[in-house]
Amino acid sequence: MSESAEGGSVAVRQNPGRQAAKLASRVGSFVLTLAATFVGLTAVTFFISRLTNIDPVLAIVGDKATSAAYDNAYLALGLDKPLIVQYFIYLMRLLTGDFGRSVLTSQPVLADLLRVFPATFELATIAIIIGVVVGVPAGVIAGATKGRWPDQVIRVVGLFGYSVPVFWLGLIGLFVFYGKLGWVAGTGRLDVFYQGVVTQRTGVILIDAALEGNWEIVGNAFSHLILPAGILGYFSLAYVARMTRSFMIDQLSQEYFTAARIKGNSYWRAVWRHAFPNIMVPLITVIGLSYASLLEGAVLTETVFAWPGLGLYITRALFNSDMNAVLGGTVLVGAVFITINLVSDLLYKLADPRLRAS
Amino acid sequence: MSAPLLTVEDLEVSFPGRTGFTRAVRNASFTLGRERLGIVGESGSGKTTMGRALLGLLPRTAQVTARTMSYDGTNLLTCTERDWQKLRGRRLSMVMQDPKYSLNPVMRVGRQIAETALLHLRTDRGDAKRRTLAMLEAVQIRDPELVYRLYPHQLSGGMGQRIMIAMMLIAEPDLLIADEPTSALDVTVQNEVLRILDDLVRVRGMGLVMISHNLTMVSSFCDRVLIMYAGRIVEECAASELQNAKHPYTQALIAATPSLDVRRTELATVTRDPEWLK
Amino acid sequence: MSDTLGTWLMSETPMSRRQAVIGSVYRAVRSIIFNPTALIGLIIVTLLIFMGIFAPLLSLGNSPLAQNLAGRLAAPSADHWFGTDELGRDILARTLYGARATLAIVALVSVIVVPIGLTVGTVAGYLGGWVDAVLMRITDIFLAFPRLILALAFAAALGPGIENAVIAIALTSWPAYARIARSETMTIAHSDFIQSVVLQGASTWRILFRHIVPLCLSSVIVRLTLDMAGIILTAAGLGFLGLGAQPPTPEWGAMVSSGRDVILDQWWVATIPGLAIFIVSLGFNLLGDGLRDVFDPKSR
Repeated sequence: MSESAEGGSVAVRQNPGRQAAKLASRVGSFVLTLAATFVGLTAVTFFISRLTNIDPVLAIVGDKATSAAYDNAYLALGLDKPLIVQYFIYLMRLLTGDFGRSVLTSQPVLADLLRVFPATFELATIAIIIGVVVGVPAGVIAGATKGRWPDQVIRVVGLFGYSVPVFWLGLIGLFVFYGKLGWVAGTGRLDVFYQGVVTQRTGVILIDAALEGNWEIVGNAFSHLILPAGILGYFSLAYVARMTRSFMIDQLSQEYFTAARIKGNSYWRAVWRHAFPNIMVPLITVIGLSYASLLEGAVLTETVFAWPGLGLYITRALFNSDMNAVLGGTVLVGAVFITINLVSDLLYKLADPRLRAS
Repeated sequence: MSAPLLTVEDLEVSFPGRTGFTRAVRNASFTLGRERLGIVGESGSGKTTMGRALLGLLPRTAQVTARTMSYDGTNLLTCTERDWQKLRGRRLSMVMQDPKYSLNPVMRVGRQIAETALLHLRTDRGDAKRRTLAMLEAVQIRDPELVYRLYPHQLSGGMGQRIMIAMMLIAEPDLLIADEPTSALDVTVQNEVLRILDDLVRVRGMGLVMISHNLTMVSSFCDRVLIMYAGRIVEECAASELQNAKHPYTQALIAATPSLDVRRTELATVTRDPEWLK
Repeated sequence: MSDTLGTWLMSETPMSRRQAVIGSVYRAVRSIIFNPTALIGLIIVTLLIFMGIFAPLLSLGNSPLAQNLAGRLAAPSADHWFGTDELGRDILARTLYGARATLAIVALVSVIVVPIGLTVGTVAGYLGGWVDAVLMRITDIFLAFPRLILALAFAAALGPGIENAVIAIALTSWPAYARIARSETMTIAHSDFIQSVVLQGASTWRILFRHIVPLCLSSVIVRLTLDMAGIILTAAGLGFLGLGAQPPTPEWGAMVSSGRDVILDQWWVATIPGLAIFIVSLGFNLLGDGLRDVFDPKSR
């Protein structure tokens, strides 16, 4: 760049053709990664499901069926074909939106998933809000006070979160806040008394009840939600805070941070105004990952709190070798993973001027 | 020369290490008026540490002591964090080495410059922007309105460093510390950036401390030169007198400088004498 | 005398290779001992091992399996310090014996995971090209899966039991190690000393296992220690869901599960084993954090 000759004109360094090619190859490899992940996830689940020594035919026809009925079901399920062909057939059916029927609920798996997912969504969303609203500032403060007492306190709180078994914390939470103090409601999404009162629109009870203006139910749903969401939020907080702290420490040793202080910014102003915007990109990825793992169904939390979400659904299906349901749940998990990936990719292009298309 | 701007007596900076303290700056004393002072030394000689000590920006673990360290009547040794905030940027400022790292990558450069003005001058956003555009003009940016809206990654190194200068001078400090301001730049733009820096310092009648390892550049650019070796100032002389330096280290440094006028097959290397540290 | 030995050990300019090695070991041990969190972690982990070995002595003559239906769900007392469970078994004894199950799972998972992760990671990192691409894609697939659900699927497919729980956890844990080993390998593989070994005509396998693997080991071990808590929690989770050790073997997760229905009245049944899981994972986390501080000064 012959800068002196130009005497200060802007150095434009973009070649539109190459940029488009680069973008295309990035999108291409991204799609490929996702497709591979998706196929891999279904394949792993599919072959595991065939490893089980529980007979999928018996699960459908029952153990009192005649041998003719058994054979018919066997052929109908395509079990006489090689495994790889069975998998391929299954994959093709998935692509047309046919998830099969659940043995356990005798409903189409897709309908089941649409029913259970909002419960998980409601729980995961409140939890991630807690995780971000508390975890990010905690991580920033810990990183900015590295080695001193606020850092130590936040570190210990985080370590507890990494160490405590969630199912146990859930039980203790129920014992203390529901059993002893009576501050929150018990297991499930609503008291029996309120169930079925609100028409399902979104499946998210807080929203459905609010739409009808039924604040009593909103309150009841909230008091059921707050304990499991708080516990999940604590775990996501521990993770988010730990990652934020280490991103922050990296930034604080950068020259631009010192430059910001030389300009006369106070330490904390430089932390929030200069260093913090620079950790947005990795932070979005971390929050995305954390949200994805919550949406994929918090199996143990949902079990402890009898929360009728995705995690509980997949677990129950596994125990009953309801393979259509397990596979359907897995596909949904994969879809969630892909969506979150896409969204965080989009978000961090907005957050970083270097990635933003001009 | 009027009363000195900066007085430093017996400055000591040390960092805790595995087996005790490492003394990065030892017994450094000097004064500075509204002149251009060069500090020259190899990497690790303590010149950057000394520069940062003058701005109160050393890491928490560093131990800083001095008999006197005062700036224009302010005792820097007793400054609180709040006092420092008022000094930095407004009274004394610093241009750092590499604009690629010293500009905030996610903030438009105009806002970065205007921020200094907003922090120190009683002004509003509109006025800060006007001042910023004027400042961009002063560092010879051709299209200030356009550059105002750019991000650092869209600038070349020479432009980046001019932005840095604008950012550090907009609040009109009396003293500027320039820590290797051109060593990260292409050779072709080094002189131009130096010229801009020189003009601004001259016109505003500021003091300048130029920290560098480049003896030739410093001697042609500054009025006075301090030579640092292993944390101590081993020699102080007028830039014009540098060729007559007495200290063996300075002489060795001069001998090790390549020159276009004298043809040499082999560059001299510096032979160190432990005596120098006594 | 001890002063000069101290200086010799702490020297920043060791005079021999032996001094450098001994010095760095000495400093590592020293910084673990002087790092309070790591020390607490080390003590907890040592106690766990101690508990496992001496469970018969420490359980005060109570058997972990002896049922006493008359004295079921008894509150903590002088006879049963931590009370009894739904079959009248002593919770203290069961908790102590439960340490064995935890130790067994942790040890077995480490033995399986580290070699697999190291092999996949170093091979992928050193050979590069399509081998790397294929291996890493497989790794990504396993990483994309929610860990507990995958472990659950494996455990459900293979049938419940402690061995299958170990296999399930190992299958879901190795990708992280492969990732670490790969990135370490990539930096090591380009260094000059590996190039010089190549020039000396060493075979690929020799380079991998004699030169690269030993250098990846320390970061893998740090990661393993940090992961221990996760392994213990996953194992306990599987136990809680009934897919871990089968009754009547005492296992902490299963013990919490058995106290679940009576949590509101007989809180101790679930509380004590849960607390044991918590303390032990905390111990491993503290130790791992300390080790990371020692081995990786950057993240301090």
